[in-house]
Amino acid sequence: MNAYDALLRLYPASFRNEYGTEMRAVFKQRRRDAGGPVAIAALWIGTVAEVAGNAALVHLDILRQDLGYSGRMLRRAPGFAVTAILMVALGIGATTAAFSVTDFVLIRPLPFPEPSRLVKIWEKTPGYYGMEMSAPNYRDWKAASRSFESMGMYHFDEITLIGAGEPRRLNGTSVSADLFPTLGVVPIIGRTFTAEDDRPGAPGTIILSYRLWQTEFGGDPGVIGRQLTAKADFDDATFTVIGVMSREFHFPKSNSLFWITTRFSEREYQASERANNWLEAVGRLKPGITARQAEADLQVIAARLEREYPRENKDTGALVIPLGQEVSQRSRLLLLALSGAAGCVLLIACANLANLLLARALSRRRELAVRTAIGAGRERLVRQLMTENLLLAGVGGSLGIGLAIASVPLLARLVPATLPIAETPSVDLRVLLVAVGLTALTGIAFGLAPVVRIGRRPDLDGLREGARAGGGQKERLRSALVVGEVIASVVLLVSAGLLIRALLTVQAIDPGFNAEGVLTLRTELPMPEYGPVVARETYYSRVLQDVRALPGVRAAGFISFLPISSFRGGIWPVSVKGDADAGQDIRSANNVAVIRFVTPGYFEAMGIPLKRGRDIAEGDARDRQAVAVVSESFVKRYWPNQDPIGRHFTFAYADREVVGVARDVLFRGLERISEPQVYLSSKQVADGAIAFYSPKALAIRMTVPPAHLAGAIRDVIRRADPKVPITEMQMLTEMVELETASRSVQVRVLSAFAIVAFVLAAIGIHGLLSFAVSQRVQEIGVRLALGAQSSDILAMIVWRGVLLAIAGIVPGVLLAYAAGRSMEALLAGVRPADGVTLASAIALSFLMTVLGTLAPTVRALRVDPMTALRAE
Amino acid sequence: MVDKHEIDELLPLPPATFHILLAVAGEDRHGYAIIQDVAVRTDGELKLSAGTLYRSIQRMLEQGLLVETRERPAPEEDDERRRYYRITPLGTAVAKAEARRLTQLVRMARARGFAPGRA
Repeated sequence: MNAYDALLRLYPASFRNEYGTEMRAVFKQRRRDAGGPVAIAALWIGTVAEVAGNAALVHLDILRQDLGYSGRMLRRAPGFAVTAILMVALGIGATTAAFSVTDFVLIRPLPFPEPSRLVKIWEKTPGYYGMEMSAPNYRDWKAASRSFESMGMYHFDEITLIGAGEPRRLNGTSVSADLFPTLGVVPIIGRTFTAEDDRPGAPGTIILSYRLWQTEFGGDPGVIGRQLTAKADFDDATFTVIGVMSREFHFPKSNSLFWITTRFSEREYQASERANNWLEAVGRLKPGITARQAEADLQVIAARLEREYPRENKDTGALVIPLGQEVSQRSRLLLLALSGAAGCVLLIACANLANLLLARALSRRRELAVRTAIGAGRERLVRQLMTENLLLAGVGGSLGIGLAIASVPLLARLVPATLPIAETPSVDLRVLLVAVGLTALTGIAFGLAPVVRIGRRPDLDGLREGARAGGGQKERLRSALVVGEVIASVVLLVSAGLLIRALLTVQAIDPGFNAEGVLTLRTELPMPEYGPVVARETYYSRVLQDVRALPGVRAAGFISFLPISSFRGGIWPVSVKGDADAGQDIRSANNVAVIRFVTPGYFEAMGIPLKRGRDIAEGDARDRQAVAVVSESFVKRYWPNQDPIGRHFTFAYADREVVGVARDVLFRGLERISEPQVYLSSKQVADGAIAFYSPKALAIRMTVPPAHLAGAIRDVIRRADPKVPITEMQMLTEMVELETASRSVQVRVLSAFAIVAFVLAAIGIHGLLSFAVSQRVQEIGVRLALGAQSSDILAMIVWRGVLLAIAGIVPGVLLAYAAGRSMEALLAGVRPADGVTLASAIALSFLMTVLGTLAPTVRALRVDPMTALRAE
Repeated sequence: MVDKHEIDELLPLPPATFHILLAVAGEDRHGYAIIQDVAVRTDGELKLSAGTLYRSIQRMLEQGLLVETRERPAPEEDDERRRYYRITPLGTAVAKAEARRLTQLVRMARARGFAPGRA
């Protein structure tokens, strides 16, 4: 019989208790009737199968029953159900979305084999975090270092596709032949570069990105060997397609459409080039070598090179950073802040859920006591409550997953575009499971609180009419939860507030020019036709003359690169006679200036005020004294408190005379330090020299909407030269806005988290305090009946709210300050202890808590004392 | 009077439920007696297992088709007290409705020649 008893254990206890004896009796009789060992064996076999099947069905029956009951119970308390489900959904959704993005950017390894061995290699010079490499230094480091299995380098490049229709400019990358092997990647069709492709004068070869392959060649599998007619920077060229990379391969950024070889000649390796830092280098460490060891290895080489080239390599060291950590400090901080915010939301959601379930448990004591009294076993009650909580968690969880899936693409805009990964992270399953598990655990832990009591002793109190629920212990737990929610919301409010202040600060930064009403565009000048200065000047004067003649155009001018555009570098050493540092210290950030060539009219078009002297003029030609307009900071650096006009300095291979002083421009961006600026006449340069800086960007100040003139301006340029591609036509204001766009997104996302957390906390606190007050309605009634003044009672209860608020705000502010300190780099100079932000956050949290107490108390005071007492 | 809507909700009946109702139609029976009655009436074709029986009984009690009468010793086993089940008016009405439904079904089958006898 013991075997049968064991089998019966498969049934739920409630069913077993009810029918166990009966079923045992039936089985006993069956066995008696069977007779004969064969029949008994058959009976056993049949019974085992039967019990297993039926037990499962009974479990299902109960589940269905409990689900139905839970559904009815939740429908009867829609406020509770909706709130609880929303809590779970928001908690799970927010956390999953935020951690998915963070994991994608910060934790997930790069999509290359053995990514931990890949490092980025920088030169290190005073005043800069990391400096791009110069070609000769790269070659020497690569040859002498022993820490690397291989090394490759690359630089941003563009080509102009010439085919049918207008010429088009494409972004891509020039790489050394050893870059792809260093990364460990192979193409999906064709081959990667060999040393043969990468020597000077080699026929042009090109590797297509998956995207370019699709858009330009329709994904043609026979693309290998096809020719692309294009113009690279300095030469007219035909590129033969040799390979196509996979859809997942993005390097160095997600916007690189193609890869061609650098094909450096000895000219790129001459000594003077050591100060020309423009290459990015990637190395694959030998197994077992750390980035730090590799850096020490390179330091030794750098020190030797500094001795050999004391002028060009002064103060030049090495910096080696794991490629996976190339994410900027700001992105890293931002994602950590985001995760912290999501964690706060999850905590608040869990605290609210716990509170809701505790309050509900108390209000259900009668129901549960009645059910126990009429014979429901503890096991059935536990099971039913579990089902109810899991139902809540399940519905909330599904909503949360939906929320996460919907919000991840939004958060994806926080992913820096500078990573060698595709831009779209997806919802992370592991994170999702953790969040679901956490909320389910909260639901179960707090949802079962009432039955735990039932199990201990007969809960007859619950049956007593009007029994008051909740002992001191529960009261303290609830208070602790309120305090926790206040802390979390203060931290989030302060963090979001600080970021909003930072955004406002950045938006208020004056870039040094007036972006309003300025249309900009870029025209790449094909080489070698535009090598001679005279060719360029003809083009400039034709375009400028015609553009200026258009109605509504006030001023127009060309410059090498516009401020805050895609290229923000371009610094050259400055040498001023008599300046102590100058002449030798060419590598210091203190002795460089931005080089820009301009045509007359540029300053007027950009709205950059000239503080002294004059603009670059038409008369500043090749045969005249080379002139320069310098920025105010340049004057401050070299001739403080002196008149700079007429002074001379050596810059870009020539002696230059200062003829004007312009206002400083933040060409590196609103939030970065920009070096002093030097503007040179576009005419005062040797043919073919410094061609990279030939003016190609056009700024046009107009008094009419740009849409009216865009077509006409295109026509003007086409008339001047139809072979010139027009790119990046946009309003200058758009470029400035783009500068703060990522910050705006950050603020919006973090604010959304803060608002969600704040609303959750407000709902939770109000609900809790309402419940606490409602539990005291009778006490209030008695006090009123005994002659207490309403104001006394109000004061008593509000005082409690104030205490709770203070108990939460004090640690909240301390934590918020710590959080603010840790994300100081994101704050654009706003102090973590920013008074306005702190005061607003404190006031909001305080109001939220006190109002949460006040509303239910006022309701309670309106109750007639007699009604309250009669309820007893 | 039993609500017609309430009856229709329960139809069609699972075969086990219908047989149990038939078994307790004449007299109150305990579990094993029901099993035996069903087996006899179906010539041993349907042998209810204890699990199926009590799972059905539990559901039928909830649905109000059966009630439990007071426990008394089983006649064949003096030492054990057994639970007896009695059909309720709802149980009777449901069984009749199910019989009617089955009759109509058979009549339709006859009309198509699927079953012997006249339509």
